[in-house]
Amino acid sequence: MADESVIDDEKADEGRRHFLALATGVVGAVGVAAVATPFVSYFRPSARAKALGAAVEVDISKLEPGAMISVEWRGKPIFIVNRTEEAIEQLQAVEDQLADPESEKEQQPDFAANRYRSLRPGVFVAIGSCTHLGCAPKYRPEVAPADLGPDWAGGFFCPCHGSKFDLAGRVYAGVPANLNLAVPPYRFLSDTTLIIGENTEAA
Amino acid sequence: MANGQTDTLGRIGERVSALGDWVNARFPADKMWKEHASEYYAPKNFNFWYYFGVLSLVVLVLQIVTGIVLAMNYKPSAAEAFASVEYIMRDVPWGWLIRYMHAAGASFFFIVVYLHMFRGLMYGSYRKPRELIWIIGMLIYVALMAEAFMGYLLPWGQMSYWGAQVIVSLFGAIPFIGEGLSEWIRGDYFISDITLNRFFSFHVIAVPLVLLGLVAMHILALHEVGSNNPDGVDIKKHKDANGKPLDGIAFHPYYTVKDLVGIAGFAIIFSAVVFFAPEFFGLFLEHANFEPADPLKTPEHIAPVWYFTPFYAILRAVPDKLAGVVIMGLAIVVMFLLPWLDRSPVRSIRYKGWIFKTALAIFVISFIALGYLGLQPATTLFVWLARLFSLLYFAFFLLMPFYSKWDTPKPVPDRVTHHG
Repeated sequence: MADESVIDDEKADEGRRHFLALATGVVGAVGVAAVATPFVSYFRPSARAKALGAAVEVDISKLEPGAMISVEWRGKPIFIVNRTEEAIEQLQAVEDQLADPESEKEQQPDFAANRYRSLRPGVFVAIGSCTHLGCAPKYRPEVAPADLGPDWAGGFFCPCHGSKFDLAGRVYAGVPANLNLAVPPYRFLSDTTLIIGENTEAA
Repeated sequence: MANGQTDTLGRIGERVSALGDWVNARFPADKMWKEHASEYYAPKNFNFWYYFGVLSLVVLVLQIVTGIVLAMNYKPSAAEAFASVEYIMRDVPWGWLIRYMHAAGASFFFIVVYLHMFRGLMYGSYRKPRELIWIIGMLIYVALMAEAFMGYLLPWGQMSYWGAQVIVSLFGAIPFIGEGLSEWIRGDYFISDITLNRFFSFHVIAVPLVLLGLVAMHILALHEVGSNNPDGVDIKKHKDANGKPLDGIAFHPYYTVKDLVGIAGFAIIFSAVVFFAPEFFGLFLEHANFEPADPLKTPEHIAPVWYFTPFYAILRAVPDKLAGVVIMGLAIVVMFLLPWLDRSPVRSIRYKGWIFKTALAIFVISFIALGYLGLQPATTLFVWLARLFSLLYFAFFLLMPFYSKWDTPKPVPDRVTHHG
């Protein structure tokens, strides 16, 4: 006598079984993806990290020609220089002494891979951290000061190990550092206001 | 009196065996013991190289035990991490010993694992039917690298910080998603307190769980197909009337006892390093790591710990950042493919011809040379040498399907052989 409770595979509705298996699988997969979402998102920067790393707005209306200010962004000092006409002209004159005058190494956003290494020739923005060992370079715009010798054409000088950079943060050849000063992403909000940390399309 | 004693002992014995029966009816204790120890027949011709499997297991246990107690005094925050390690070193009773055991243990883990892998290379232990043992072993190796990398950030020294900075920024080289991916890994825009905290979580929970699971799979897969041996011959071809391989001996007691000798020898060497040279001349603990992490000051020369340097040298040998990352990844991926690259008719180096022996020698020299170059500054000469050895590294694997066929093997004996 056959036990009627035993499932008879031959009598089973295969199409129905497949449909149920597929439907269960798809709903299950959607559920897994839904549950995975918070776990994956959990790894993203938190609201606090975002607030601390947010872009910084800088007013440069009071920055005199030739002067520099330093602001902080994501734990790094950002140098902002108001370059004079003479300083801009000087950039071409020193190019044969530089290690990477064309900014070929990736130390800047694409918009700054030019002679001025900046969005606008008159305003230079860079991360104020020597690319050798991370010391803070000094801004020395004066030409031929007593301590730096008659050849100094103005630029950034690192007191730790003597690395030299021109007024566009381009490193001189033959100094300990071998990369140009890094340029952060930034854009102009107006002629006198900068946003550091937000990228821009070409000016 | 004597009779009474025997009776008492006899009754205790009966109770114990009754307890054993009770357990075995509910849990396969006896069955597992027989399957994996007392009736697991391993080839009788194991040599010195067969110590490194069990030693890997010993170091794993050592790392887990020392790690558990270190975590009781360690603080995974950027403000406190470095000081808490110093606190363990100076103020916690025996903290210096536990911490040095854990730090040196990481390097010893890689030493025994590299020797274990080399044993597999020599005797063809990756060949059919042991492909999965090799692949699971490679997964263990990758998990171990992740474990070591994240563990190295925890002391929050200069090299911890900048090493992590360099490695995480490698992900940034991936087109389109790279920047977002490295931000996702760090949980911040630079290596910060947030990164340290999550690496701690991975290092103490997630990766060790994965490692233990993989190790169990590695051993189960091994016991399913049986151990290879220095002759590379199949001991299951010749069995006695009871179905026990003629060239096999029970893992317990024969190899458990032999392994104890190996473990004792290992303990002597390990203790010598822990007590007399725990930093091992800047190789196990790099000098720059005795300074607290400073995000504003890059160390003069950033090099990963020695066990990563062969791959670091390959990375630096490639002039393009993305291509470098890809080729470095391939250097590990190609090892997974080994079971299908070797087309030699024989397993063991003992019966392979001169071509394979030469290729293996070149590979070992290249791997060690890359390891050395990865520790050195990237001067022009060193970069070119790294390129040469990277080429030889890949040639060993990618040309194997050809040279392993051209090679003329020696006749393989039917049974295992004895040397001394």
